[in-house]
Amino acid sequence: MDKRITNNIAVAVLWVAAGITVAVLGAIIIYVFVNGVRVLSPAFIFTWPHGVNSEGGVWPTIVSTLYVTILSMLICTPVAVLAAVYLAEYAHQGRIVSIIRFAADSLASVPSIVMGLFGFALFVEAMGFGLSMLSASLALSLLMLPIVMRATEEAIRSVPRYIRWGSYGMGATKWQTVSKVVLPAAAPRVITGIVLATGRAVGETAVVFYTMGQAIWLPISPLESGRPMTVHLYLLAVEGINLPAAYGTALLLMLMILGFNLSARWILKRYRKV
Amino acid sequence: MSVQNPAASKSELTLVSRETQVKEWLLAALFFSCAFVAVLGVALIFAFVGWKAWPILGEVGFGDFLFGTVWAPSDGSFGILALIQGSFVVTLGALALGTPLAVGTAVFLSEIATPRIRSFVRPAVELLAGIPSVVYGFFGVVLLRPLIGELTGSVGFGPLTAWIVLAIMIVPTIAALSEDALRSIPMGIREASYAMGATQWQTIYKVVVPAAKIGIIDAIILGMGRAIGETMAVLMLVGNAPQFFAGVGEPVSTLTSQIVMDMGYSTGTHRTALFGMAAILFVISMALVLMVRLLSRLRD
Repeated sequence: MDKRITNNIAVAVLWVAAGITVAVLGAIIIYVFVNGVRVLSPAFIFTWPHGVNSEGGVWPTIVSTLYVTILSMLICTPVAVLAAVYLAEYAHQGRIVSIIRFAADSLASVPSIVMGLFGFALFVEAMGFGLSMLSASLALSLLMLPIVMRATEEAIRSVPRYIRWGSYGMGATKWQTVSKVVLPAAAPRVITGIVLATGRAVGETAVVFYTMGQAIWLPISPLESGRPMTVHLYLLAVEGINLPAAYGTALLLMLMILGFNLSARWILKRYRKV
Repeated sequence: MSVQNPAASKSELTLVSRETQVKEWLLAALFFSCAFVAVLGVALIFAFVGWKAWPILGEVGFGDFLFGTVWAPSDGSFGILALIQGSFVVTLGALALGTPLAVGTAVFLSEIATPRIRSFVRPAVELLAGIPSVVYGFFGVVLLRPLIGELTGSVGFGPLTAWIVLAIMIVPTIAALSEDALRSIPMGIREASYAMGATQWQTIYKVVVPAAKIGIIDAIILGMGRAIGETMAVLMLVGNAPQFFAGVGEPVSTLTSQIVMDMGYSTGTHRTALFGMAAILFVISMALVLMVRLLSRLRD
């Protein structure tokens, strides 16, 4: 066969592969949007579910999700950023660093159900936090840790060398250089990483299922239980008695995660121009 | 100028105060302990899941647990071979469907797409990665299950439904990582190939893809890790019957889905067995990460 024809066929196949990927995303978004937008209303968002979840809205689940997400972000960010500072600025490449990297990679690939059972065994039972926002946040922050670590490390490494030399040349110490020069320069990409990891935490189900529980409850203190949106969606889908609410919850979840993704993109774009 | 002992000159030439030195040292120690949290986390997972799973070795025995063919906790039978098989059937099927699509998308993005099209497709791939697994599961239940049910003449829960949904779920993981691997191949290699009269496709499959081979294999291994550990979507789609694979429309169960099915009501040995399954999943995922590490050492 003429190599030109082969080439054209192969290129067409690759176009189709990418087309399918985009089409699937489009199909999921459109399907969830079309079915969900009908139930989406202020009443749906701001009222409590009632009558064995067959009626009412999803307000407590939104609060629980936001609560646990923000708390885990607060727990995870300082540790992850400082860990990345160590890896990128302080560490000498050696055995300990390669162990840390292997641990971070392993953490990133721990199946969420394993993280859920671990959180249940350690935070809920052994440490006595019970099914609570705190237990769920601790487990989730462990899940977010490697994501934020990697993003921060890449961000720090992409800061040009000469900026550091300038700082050292003026007599700054290592910490002064890192805190006043390197981290501010890396900030947009660090924030992007945090936002993306947070989006991941919003969508997590199995972990929060075993660490937060499923009580329909408006959490105030971190030791209270609650029901995140993902668990609510799972229960609605399995019970099957109130599918419209399931579509509505799915749409809200997707919108939230879309919001996180788009804002991460926006942060990157905005600061790259400067 | 006389030659000095370097160690002595260092202590004489301190530019910062002792106090600052101590502060810097303490901060470095703090950063190190933060980095060590990752190691601590893995160790804790290992310790706690292992601790909860340990009694299964005495109560059931390693061989009967891992190779027992009957999972019937109410009868005191805790063999997970069917569940392990289920996990691998679901994972390998999803890989078979998802890998060509994902690698194709990656090659398209790095070799064919114009920057304009790429700036549209790449975010789409990333968004696909961000969709929660429970939404995928829900999507599979309401849309795909009835279709598959009609196709196979069953209720629609089973490996086939799970394959399709899981394949979609691992596409972004494999595609994004493969694209990174492909883009890290220097431009000059492609130019040399074109200069010899090769077509775009010949350049792709004879030059670029072989050069990025290990990176693509890494991506597939990590996609496999994602698929084998996937819980919610699988739970909602496989039908959750702990039996051996009998056909694409016959329900099976996996390690992950069976844990969720039983966790709520399990006690005693039953719960220990569930933690044992989690430990096995953890070991599998660590082994996959280790494999990627060894491969990258091979590349260097």
